[in-house]
Amino acid sequence: MAALDAVLEPTRTTSLLRLATAGSVDDGKSTLVGRLLHDSKNVLADQLDALERLSAERGLDGADLALLTDGLRAEREQGITIDVAYRYFSTGSRSFVLADCPGHVQYTRNTVTGASTADAILVLVDARKGVLDQTRRHLAVAALLRVPHVVVVVNKVDLVDFDEGVYRRVAEEVAELAAALGIEHVRTVPTSALAGDNVVDRSDRTPWYDGPSLLELLEELPPSQTVLEEAFRFPVQQVIRPQSAAREERYREYRGYAGRVSSGVARPGTEVVVLPSGVRTRIAAVDTPDGELDAAETGRSVTLRLADEVDVTRGDVIATAADAPRPVDTAEAMLCWLAEVPLRGGQRVLLKHGSATVQAIVTQLEGRLDLDDLTLHPASAFDLNDIGRVSLRLARPLPLEDYRRSRSGGAFVLIDPVSGGTLAAGMAREPGRSGGIEWEI
Amino acid sequence: MTTTTTHAPARFDQLDYLESEAIHSIREVVGELERPVILFSGGKDSVVLLHLAAKAFWPGRVPFPVLHVDTGHNFEEVLAFRDRTVERLGVRLEVASVQDYIDDGRLVERPDGTRNPLQTQPLLDAIAEHRFDAVFGGARRDEEKARAKERVVSLRDAFGAWDPRNQRPELWSIYNPRHRPGEHVRVFPLSNWTELDVWRYIEREGIELPPLYYAHERDVFARDGMWLAVTPYSLPRPGEEVVRRRVRYRTVGDASCTGAVLSDAATTAEVIVEVASTTLTERGATRADDRLSEAAMEDRKKEGYF
Repeated sequence: MAALDAVLEPTRTTSLLRLATAGSVDDGKSTLVGRLLHDSKNVLADQLDALERLSAERGLDGADLALLTDGLRAEREQGITIDVAYRYFSTGSRSFVLADCPGHVQYTRNTVTGASTADAILVLVDARKGVLDQTRRHLAVAALLRVPHVVVVVNKVDLVDFDEGVYRRVAEEVAELAAALGIEHVRTVPTSALAGDNVVDRSDRTPWYDGPSLLELLEELPPSQTVLEEAFRFPVQQVIRPQSAAREERYREYRGYAGRVSSGVARPGTEVVVLPSGVRTRIAAVDTPDGELDAAETGRSVTLRLADEVDVTRGDVIATAADAPRPVDTAEAMLCWLAEVPLRGGQRVLLKHGSATVQAIVTQLEGRLDLDDLTLHPASAFDLNDIGRVSLRLARPLPLEDYRRSRSGGAFVLIDPVSGGTLAAGMAREPGRSGGIEWEI
Repeated sequence: MTTTTTHAPARFDQLDYLESEAIHSIREVVGELERPVILFSGGKDSVVLLHLAAKAFWPGRVPFPVLHVDTGHNFEEVLAFRDRTVERLGVRLEVASVQDYIDDGRLVERPDGTRNPLQTQPLLDAIAEHRFDAVFGGARRDEEKARAKERVVSLRDAFGAWDPRNQRPELWSIYNPRHRPGEHVRVFPLSNWTELDVWRYIEREGIELPPLYYAHERDVFARDGMWLAVTPYSLPRPGEEVVRRRVRYRTVGDASCTGAVLSDAATTAEVIVEVASTTLTERGATRADDRLSEAAMEDRKKEGYF
């Protein structure tokens, strides 16, 4: 059936690209997202009708594309975006999951949330205003979270009469800042989200710009990492031992370890070590309900059988024996503090890394990042939205890895032991590491 | 997360990614909490969710029950399908009945006859009675604007309420379902799926659905731009002409407010073709309850709705 093949084909061959947007108040971010959805034909007729009706009710001339994404009552009333919203759209060659992160109040919290899962981050800059404090913050977060691709969208070029000089100055400013932050590649695109220039279709009003439109750029972004080269890591989520609850009799004695490959590839026969215990064994089989696999890539949920009867529980990490990380009970890390209540030295928290949660103490605040000079300054507390470096002590050892080498191996969250609320995003850092930029994780 | 598909495009594709992400969230929440439950209506999203839970714990059974909030206005074939499915998977079914609440006066029938908004109270009571601390639902962010703001793991306070202005940051793929006693979390493993993803997955996995998702002849009448079936709970008003049409359902909910669409799509493959070329969202096309206002879903969610 030709028609079926045509609609099934995309999921078989296209990649899913996860995007995050970050912008300041009033730089047209919601409009840009609306424009991306609209011009790529991902807005359906009833949504457009609703949009036109709402816009008309507000006495607007045309359809306000920002209303496509601002979904909550308070957002519509105040004309602002409150919380991260997720949008889905696809083109012939790629599907996109877009985390639309609002740029005010809890800006760092929202941007960190969006950036943590993103393959690419779009940072919006108003062409009239250039790089603002918020831009510095957004780029700092992108650098800190090591988002593989950073795209700076210089928006509202229609309001500077499509002036090449203005765009060039902003692009230069962005490039300098990115270099200072240790971001290797940053792309810039001049757009008018309101009028549609260079968002989906290339504009003839920016003849001095010969690069791709934003969407073209997103469709062509190279793969973020060569995952096959990463070391195999597998946080164990569940021990599967069905016994009398087996779906079939032959699985009564089954014993497997369920989880999702967080880096590298799982292959039968691989020599592995169970952490933190350090017991060595081999992967006997990579199971799924659809059959055994020769290899399970990063991101795949599977169940591993091991060659020996070893003690493995939820929270353990199965890793290739050759390059296994060393479990540590003290660590240094960069934190993005996301709670209203400030962090002080000595605070007791829970730390979740992979599928493991342990008690921890933030023993010391090593310094808070100053976004003006991009260095760490002494601080007695971290407030909401602060970024800084800390020392941690853990109640039991975890195989924390340097976040620069492995996003999944170095990422953790801090949790309030009483309320259960999420307090901070953490990125582990190899202790005593020297060189590079002082605050870089 | 990395774009893993580049290395083996034919092997770990978009559906594999979505499946693995969903299974990961299910295992993670079940690993952390004590008393999970899956909301199961027999609708396609909840069927896919249950299928994923079955895969997550294979070759064991799903180690927790499913809960159906029954409006009392369900299609017969959906209830039969529901019973068959839980039987096949060996999971326990709990039913919270809206009809019981209406019968004993705890709830009052709405003038417009729709019972979808009436499900919140029985749902919250069932959660409290069974002390469920993790409630899995099949909601997707692409369905509706308020849902687009949802986390995968979303906190509900002691009143079951959602506070969209004060949500937890959800970082990397590290889920945090911890909460105070009396609170619970709603978990949406299909958050990142679109309607088309769901149908493509149903096709790929050969998942059985209630027959009314596929084109069939039915007596229907037009109301508010939708085709409503003639059932004991949805009768034509004077002036509404009953006609026989070939229809199917894009969503399956309360018969009184869920509309059918004219369709010849009799197989999953044909449905995929139809969905891929549609110009209306599934809720826009078939849900009267979402047309009440721009923020109808947000308001219901704040009160503890699915």
